[in-house]
Amino acid sequence: MPEPRPSPAHSVLGSIVLIGVVVAGSAAAFAYTAGWLSPERLTPWKMLQALAPPSGPALGHRRNHAKGICFTGVFESNGSGAAISRASVLAAGQYPALGRFNLGTPNPDAADASVRVRGMGLRITPPNGEEWRTAMINAPVFAASTPEGFHELLLAAGSKDTNAMKVFARAHPEFATFGAWARNGPWTGSYAEDHFNGLNAFIFTDSSGADHAVRWSLLPQAQIIPVAQDDLEKLGADFLKQEITQRVRSGPQRWTMAVTVANPSDPTADPTKAWPEDRRTIDVGTLVVQRIEAEADGPCRDINFDPTVLPPGIRTSDDPFPAARSSVYAKSYDLRTAEAKDYPRIPTGPKP
Amino acid sequence: MNAIRHHFAPLQRLLHWLMAICILAMLFIGVGMVSTIMPKYVPLVSIHKTLGTVIFVLALIRLVTRFYYGAPPLPVDLPEPMKLAAELSHYALYALMIGMPLLGWAMLSASAYPAELYGGIYLPALLPQSDSLHTLLWNAHFYLAFAFFALILMHAAAALFHALVRHDGVFAAMAPVPIREEATQVEYRVAE
Repeated sequence: MPEPRPSPAHSVLGSIVLIGVVVAGSAAAFAYTAGWLSPERLTPWKMLQALAPPSGPALGHRRNHAKGICFTGVFESNGSGAAISRASVLAAGQYPALGRFNLGTPNPDAADASVRVRGMGLRITPPNGEEWRTAMINAPVFAASTPEGFHELLLAAGSKDTNAMKVFARAHPEFATFGAWARNGPWTGSYAEDHFNGLNAFIFTDSSGADHAVRWSLLPQAQIIPVAQDDLEKLGADFLKQEITQRVRSGPQRWTMAVTVANPSDPTADPTKAWPEDRRTIDVGTLVVQRIEAEADGPCRDINFDPTVLPPGIRTSDDPFPAARSSVYAKSYDLRTAEAKDYPRIPTGPKP
Repeated sequence: MNAIRHHFAPLQRLLHWLMAICILAMLFIGVGMVSTIMPKYVPLVSIHKTLGTVIFVLALIRLVTRFYYGAPPLPVDLPEPMKLAAELSHYALYALMIGMPLLGWAMLSASAYPAELYGGIYLPALLPQSDSLHTLLWNAHFYLAFAFFALILMHAAAALFHALVRHDGVFAAMAPVPIREEATQVEYRVAE
């Protein structure tokens, strides 16, 4: 065993200072990485705070799109998508589907007619362990170009200042298309008659390795009957849940999944910009909704419809939203699962 | 082996320094990714899952090498509390190296998330979905990560204390390259 050599006192002090600097420097680097030294960083927590109503979030529920109802069914892939993606879910076949019709509100008790944005979370599971999760809305474009812009929109929408939205709209002209749809777009009396648009661009990779930028939409096969919002307000607060439960009980409801392929010059990083109508669109299959179940004890309750859960053959593009949504949804999931006792697993809605 | 060894075996030292880099990267990626909504979030999560799996496999190999090669004895003159701290911290480090990846994997399973690694490799689910288990595992994974980092800082401080203040060969035992120190050079020749 080597004998310890005593060090002179001044060198010991220097060494201890050096050790202190190494430890403190490492701890500071860690704190910086964690964002503790950067109060301006837009964290998932800040996004959730901006989403929450003034009275605070509804504990146990999703922090946005909080009101919803579960469905199960199948995705009938017709095989046409295999030309542009090697994802097994796009090979011809029938794959189990699980999803959730929802309303874009942090309030799980909101009246259905009061919520402009309707959504669908969807998970398709081909048999090999892969998964395709997506969360779509009925708007034709998104309200913000960037997650930072979306955060500003949330702050403006939640602001007590009545001018805040005007100020936001002036600073963010890209909001205009969404804003026009929100004011003048048609309403329907049923989830079964709604379009659900992915809005974000993703990359499909085909079997030759070539990439294709795409967006996808679910187009209702049910006949669309526009209804005035005023007429919807005369219905009960939960008419959408009751209607879809009734309708699916009388027969499965179908949506065609249409995948639109971008031209090289089309913007993929900005979901406020629709691609021109003439772009190549491929019908890749049909979503068949066969059964509706209440959320409280339903199969969709504990699923996070994270848009970055993608099978090999589909990946995120330069669109910044899927990453931001994934990060924020994960935080929402962590919170609401920890609050599960505040949302008892007792169905309260219509019986399927 | 009859003579007392003063150095860890080359394989042990390789594993130690390789894992040191991996684990530090892992901890920084972990605290970084949960605080961002930027596009880098997606690759960071993917790396975190993949690197976690790599660390788990390396930790198991390392545990085997530890049983096979053992460890050089601590200096006889090291005060008992420091010896105890050294031994306990090594148990804790092994427990965290093996436990943290398992907690992370189980946490993904308990939230019905596919454990997809880089390159489209899917790990099977360890557990069924469960709110209460997810919360428990998430808390354990989160708070133990900070404990892990604190332990690594203590470990590094102690290693530097041995190297710079005590000069007792403890640091040289795990040094990535042979250290030209009078106290250890002789041992090196003997070892080789």
